[in-house]
Amino acid sequence: MTKYMLIMRGTDEGRAAFEATDFTEVIAAMGRYNEQMMDAGVLAAGEGLADASEGAVVDFSTDTPVVTDGPYGETKELFNGFWILDVSSRDEAIEWAKRAPLSGPGTRLEVRRINGVEDFPQDNEWIQKEKEWRQELGTE
Amino acid sequence: MSGAREVSGVGAEQGPDAARRAVEATWRIESARIVGALARYTGELALAEDVASEAVAEALVGWPRDGVPRDPTGWLLATGRRRAIDAFRRRSARDVRYAAFARDLGEGGAHGGATPSGAEEPDLLWDPDRIEDDKLALIFTSCHPVLSKEARVALTLRVVGGLTSEEIARAFLVPTATIQARITRAKKALGAARVPFEVPPAAERAARLGSVLNVLYVIFTEGSSASGGDDWIRADLAREAIRLSRVLTRLVPDEPEAAGLLALLELTAARFPARTGPDGEPILLADQDRRRWDASAIRRGRAALARAEAAGRGLGPYGLQAAIAEQHDVAPSVEGTDWARIVVLYEALGRVAPSPVVDLNRAVAVSMASGPAEALEIVDGLVAGGALPGSYLLPSVRGELLSRLGRPDEARRELEAAARLCGNERERAVLQAKAAALEELSG
Repeated sequence: MTKYMLIMRGTDEGRAAFEATDFTEVIAAMGRYNEQMMDAGVLAAGEGLADASEGAVVDFSTDTPVVTDGPYGETKELFNGFWILDVSSRDEAIEWAKRAPLSGPGTRLEVRRINGVEDFPQDNEWIQKEKEWRQELGTE
Repeated sequence: MSGAREVSGVGAEQGPDAARRAVEATWRIESARIVGALARYTGELALAEDVASEAVAEALVGWPRDGVPRDPTGWLLATGRRRAIDAFRRRSARDVRYAAFARDLGEGGAHGGATPSGAEEPDLLWDPDRIEDDKLALIFTSCHPVLSKEARVALTLRVVGGLTSEEIARAFLVPTATIQARITRAKKALGAARVPFEVPPAAERAARLGSVLNVLYVIFTEGSSASGGDDWIRADLAREAIRLSRVLTRLVPDEPEAAGLLALLELTAARFPARTGPDGEPILLADQDRRRWDASAIRRGRAALARAEAAGRGLGPYGLQAAIAEQHDVAPSVEGTDWARIVVLYEALGRVAPSPVVDLNRAVAVSMASGPAEALEIVDGLVAGGALPGSYLLPSVRGELLSRLGRPDEARRELEAAARLCGNERERAVLQAKAAALEELSG
């Protein structure tokens, strides 16, 4: 089994369409989707992000980082939330992604594998420390 | 991010190969629902598995040619149902029992399978309210006691887990034809015994659930003997057993032993990352780097165990083993482990599932909690009773205890006996080394 993150991406336009949808319906649709993944035993975690207007972007394009308050002006894409799935293959992750109750112009789900221990040198002192932190935090 | 290496463009996720992988991914996710619905429809699991396999085979040809359908699961269900209707028509030509059955069947009309009512709607096959019952009936039927243990395992992985026969074969290190033959025999056995496709009635439920839990446990232990590396397919069996246990606990939330099994598997697998060294050599619990234990798995396992305990009916054998695993998982070290609590748990386990292996494990826990002398009494009791003949475990534990009691000559003889009986090369080497060290000591 491998962990994959499904990353919700959207545009301002998609966001506007989303906001026009009845909130109760959105919760129910997301709930049904999450329930399917719970029933299949593949959902490991998931979070949704609050509106971009509450956020800020720190841009490293220049020597000194530049902070822009949301909704970030020219930014085309917004990261709106994620799911982490524990599945047997990339194809299975993609198949789950296709079922997400999302729609609208510019709305996308990016499917990315999450690095495992095998992706890092185990004798590195920082990797060793990270293991302790994971224990402390109760994450993997 | 290296843009040049990103897979991009229209062709990346389309084309024949992507369509084939979409078939496999859909099967993986939906096999239980598809076979479950078709088994309810036809009234028999064997036919349902046949026609579902036919539907998958057709998808492997059709989807690469025509594109992946908008509703892949619906496509497989509809195709499977058509093949079921074909099968009933063929049977009705030679068997009068199926003639009435076949008359009711049509492209648009569904059938109630074993209990035809005639009043059911055409889209009953897709009824979301029946998915859970169908899946549960499927799990109980594929773990039916009329089947051999290996047939139960193969059938469960195939229809509930959604693995291909090739994947199961690779995991069990046997040819694909062997797995296919096991599944064929299993289907015949279900047919011959006229096993109904249903969730077992209340009177049989406890025993039948026991069979289901046992199958999942066997799948887990098969996978947990894998050591990583080239064994990743086998290691994935353990992960699959955990996933199936999660599926089961959601279907039977009122069964504490199902939660107990899930807890046991999560709490055992949590230690997997630390159980082998860089060269695949086994690392004993005492020497494991506990930082490598999977904290999320421990958390999930403890949550499942809490659910099992909350039922207030006392823990069963899996729940008690989970409670023992929990004690290890939360301990900072071997010395810091609550061995007295583990002794109590082994005593409880010995009452609900008496076995000399449990007694032996209890003896080990007693030696940690109260010292080797008290533990040796338990072990000597097992020896006197002729327990575990031919097993290296008994002389191995007895040797350790004698060694700690300062009786090196007897200890060495026990460890040498254990080494002779031990089938695992690496463990035998460890036993021989211990015996040799004692020989020097006793000079």
